[in-house]
Amino acid sequence: MNYQNREKIIAHSIFLLGSLIVLYPFISILFLALSEPGTRVSGFTIPSGIYFDNFIKAWTGGGFANGLLNSFIVVVGVVSIAILCSILAAYAFEKLDIFGVTPLFAILLIGLVLPYESIVISLYYSMKSYDLTNTHLSLILPQIGLSIPFSIFWLRASFRAIPKSLSEAAMIEGATRFTILTKILIPQMIPAILTLTVLLFMWTWNEFLLALIMIQDAEMRTAPLALSYFAGNKRYGDPAITAAAAIWVALPVLITYIFLQRKFISGMVTGAVKE
Amino acid sequence: MSNKTIYRPQSKTEYSSYLYILPAFIFYILFVLFPLGDTLYTSFTEWNGISEKKWVGFDQYINNLSDKKITSSIKHSFILIIFYSFLPIIIGLVIAGIMIRVKIYGMATYRAILFLPQILSMIVVGIAWRWIYAPKGPLNSGLDFFGLENISRAWLGSFDYALPFVGLIGTWVMFGFTMILFIAGVQKIPTELYDAAKVDGAGAIAEFFNVTLPNLRGEIIVALIFTVTLALRNFDLIYITTGGGPGTSTMIPSMFIYKKAFQMNQVGSASSLGIMLTLLIFTLVSLILIILREKK
Repeated sequence: MNYQNREKIIAHSIFLLGSLIVLYPFISILFLALSEPGTRVSGFTIPSGIYFDNFIKAWTGGGFANGLLNSFIVVVGVVSIAILCSILAAYAFEKLDIFGVTPLFAILLIGLVLPYESIVISLYYSMKSYDLTNTHLSLILPQIGLSIPFSIFWLRASFRAIPKSLSEAAMIEGATRFTILTKILIPQMIPAILTLTVLLFMWTWNEFLLALIMIQDAEMRTAPLALSYFAGNKRYGDPAITAAAAIWVALPVLITYIFLQRKFISGMVTGAVKE
Repeated sequence: MSNKTIYRPQSKTEYSSYLYILPAFIFYILFVLFPLGDTLYTSFTEWNGISEKKWVGFDQYINNLSDKKITSSIKHSFILIIFYSFLPIIIGLVIAGIMIRVKIYGMATYRAILFLPQILSMIVVGIAWRWIYAPKGPLNSGLDFFGLENISRAWLGSFDYALPFVGLIGTWVMFGFTMILFIAGVQKIPTELYDAAKVDGAGAIAEFFNVTLPNLRGEIIVALIFTVTLALRNFDLIYITTGGGPGTSTMIPSMFIYKKAFQMNQVGSASSLGIMLTLLIFTLVSLILIILREKK
């Protein structure tokens, strides 16, 4: 065997092994969730048949219909408003004449590494004083604020990548700045906006600490919050039912990921590098 | 910045440009900057969430720093950095070093699988791993299978093992990300650099240290900032796997912030811990940038 071939085999084995290590916990809870209720499953047995009983028990016992709906409402609110505001701001930062771009941008930079832990306490007491805890708004408004720094960074870079000539031509024809944005620049940015949508959807869907603090009513819980209560509930202490519940909560992001994986990966890898 | 196009409107004043950034900044100020300032103020007070805030200066900070439980929770965070940050970065670098000229068949599929832990809620990840580590879960069944019954235990219930085993979940979450990031970086390194190293008679190890590593500087900075920040926050995973226990053996600052603010009514103390955590993250991110930044 020559050197080149050996190198190839080692490289492929590493990727195969890495993939198995990543997949094992997921396959393990999938088998557990699909197992026959009441049977003892260890990690190495392949289930004797496929049973959906655990999924049904989890769905009815954990309030996941509500949880998924609440998460969906929050995601739509956060993603749509954050992207709209960020497009306008990124356009102004990159293409318009603004005095103080650098200090304003530096202020946004704080938001990129700021931990939620430093603001949730104050947010909770503010929301409580306006009687907004236990509402979708208490989750949507703060997450718009926290999504804006990354969104502006991301969109500003894609505005920069659009050649000047495009908008200059339109300007000579007398188009307003707003028309240039909506008619000429935004159509060029659809892929970048779609990637950003996917990232914000994922981050908002998975957000946990804010929901844990703001939401006390069972019917207002987001999907991950409902899952955490369900997993800690002794009545449904069966690990197989908990596993099924975890799969319900992961499913929407997982399905989106299967179709748009390139957007997720390129978004997080290049998005991180751009920062 | 030099290729920036500036539109100077003829009829309107340039102040209208600020209208474009206004909505974003309203949200950012109201829901990020104001709460941050408010937390900072509260951190200098004693407050149970109901009564009047009582100004106590730096007392909360001094109390936190002299509380053994809190200083040890910060120590736990630094141990977690080894698992969340150093291990995945070393794994990613070694693999990227091997991958330099090998074309991988099915790379898109591998990439999609390796990236999977990044997209899922930490609550879901935590539940999967709780099962792996459970007394009758796959890890212990595996140990039994190989005749190692005497090693098997409730891993997350052990004072000695809970912290490193939570840490290993972090390694599992992160290693695919660092691999993908570094392999993408390696592919951008011009092949002439490797050819030149070959001509100079550099072996694989020398090639790695002289060519691969210096050219991945940007990617390493990104990976460090991303993983260190997560290791220091890390609330979701600890909450769902151990809740900080057994005892306080896996307690981390963000868990203390939650408990103090929302279960023990020590809001002033929780706020000061929140500010301390923020300062710690800012300091480490700045250090990473200062130490590793390209010298011009």
